[in-house]
Amino acid sequence: MYKVRHWVVRHSRVFESLYRCFEPLLVKLHPLWKRLGYARVEAPMRAVEKGVKGLLFDCQMCGQCVLSSTGMACPMNCPKTLRNGPCGGVRSDGHCEVKPEMKCVWVEAWAGSQNMRHGERIHVVQQPVDYRLRGSSSWLSVVREQAQRNNGDEQ
Amino acid sequence: MRFDDEPVPGYSLPILPGHVSPGRLERVLRAGKFAITAELDPPDSADPAEVLKRAAIFDGYVDAINATDGSGANCHMSSVGVCSLLTRVGYATIMQISCRDRNRIAIQGEILGAAAMGACNILCLTGDGVQAGDHPQAKPVFDLDSMSLLEIARGMRDDCRFQSGRKIDMPPRVFLGAAENPFVPPYDWRPHRLAKKVAAGAQFIQTQYCFDIDRLKQFMAKVGDLGLLEGPKRVHILVGVGPLASAKSALWIRQNVPGVHIPDAVIERLQGASKQKEEGKRLCLDLLQEIREIKGVSGAHIMAYRQEESVAEIIQASGVLEGRVPWYPGRDNPAQLNPESPDALGHSEQALSD
Ligand code: SF4
Repeated sequence: MYKVRHWVVRHSRVFESLYRCFEPLLVKLHPLWKRLGYARVEAPMRAVEKGVKGLLFDCQMCGQCVLSSTGMACPMNCPKTLRNGPCGGVRSDGHCEVKPEMKCVWVEAWAGSQNMRHGERIHVVQQPVDYRLRGSSSWLSVVREQAQRNNGDEQ
Repeated sequence: MRFDDEPVPGYSLPILPGHVSPGRLERVLRAGKFAITAELDPPDSADPAEVLKRAAIFDGYVDAINATDGSGANCHMSSVGVCSLLTRVGYATIMQISCRDRNRIAIQGEILGAAAMGACNILCLTGDGVQAGDHPQAKPVFDLDSMSLLEIARGMRDDCRFQSGRKIDMPPRVFLGAAENPFVPPYDWRPHRLAKKVAAGAQFIQTQYCFDIDRLKQFMAKVGDLGLLEGPKRVHILVGVGPLASAKSALWIRQNVPGVHIPDAVIERLQGASKQKEEGKRLCLDLLQEIREIKGVSGAHIMAYRQEESVAEIIQASGVLEGRVPWYPGRDNPAQLNPESPDALGHSEQALSD
């Protein structure tokens, strides 16, 4: 929802903190996910992620979430699906070139990142989207990667 | 300026030490000269002569010619086609690639093809949305964005790899460019975004039309503070300018062309003039001279849509080339003229007096 998404960006710092607590929690639950089987958890997790993030961020389920690097504004709502900043067509009132009724996603993202503790992440060049991951749960893939890294460190 | 090894049409120049491309634009920029580039209006036609004719208009005044890639999301001859025709007779070209119409497989193939055809400069663009052009019903692709395109192109050149990691035998020797628009929001991000493009591989920048010198100065100062105007992160900035035909057309552009910021003062200046077209040219000339004086600006990019014939006159009057005659086919050896140039066709009196 457009209104909710604006509200979230205005409170990007709170959501950044929430995410910072939430991620380690999911990672801690790695043994549970493993026992249940990641493949089996995928569908329910995807559903939850889609519901929550859809409501808050108008999440488009690209499967490779970069919200914490984009001021909590989902870049997949940009009609050009840009992942690295605004195009050159932003209107003088800060609205989108393609959809004049919408505020440019990247104008929002910049404002959001300015409130965040790690707002400087917006300056890091993002890789293009891997289309194979579309529609999958990005939470689960982050958790799996993180857990693998942790285990790797232990060994 | 003359290099001892000016091009033999169709053959590339040696790559100078510290350079990445065999092209003339990189040479001129790195030599610290004020460079001029211009945009060629690609024909809605498959006639090669038409391309050469449109290039000949700029003979002796520009260092490289931009071949646009469906600019404004309108369909025209492709940028790789235009570049191939132009490099055959020796012109330096800047091939524009927009992310709107092709995915990464097509784009990487295009970069190799263009480099093989002698294109030495590539401008990586996001591209206007399809809604702006003559095919609003088309599917927008945007598989990459300008930033990831830059990174991929740099990887192809420097690491000899496709994005997939697969090896490239002979890498494309290209000087990489990107666009920037300092004149639209979010203003305070624009210099940082430029820094991000440099980090992704941009070596030169062509800006959107500049009609607001104050904003440009603020932008350049900030870019300087970020350390992008000297040292290893040096980026060459060419500022976009162009003549406006009338107050009415300025208003139309402001309304309909994405990303062009024209202040009211400019429109009033045109409205107040008795000959608006002449005033538009004078305005362009004034801007060019002011831009020339701004610290850190490396050149100008001229976009004179439907007024291409006035480019030579404006550059000449502005004096920004300081007597330099950029290379063009036939400059040093009249036998190698562009076959479609007025000189070759015997239409020019200048040809006789030379
Ligand atoms: S104006 Fe903003 S939201 Fe619209 S296409 Fe450009 S970057 Fe995306």
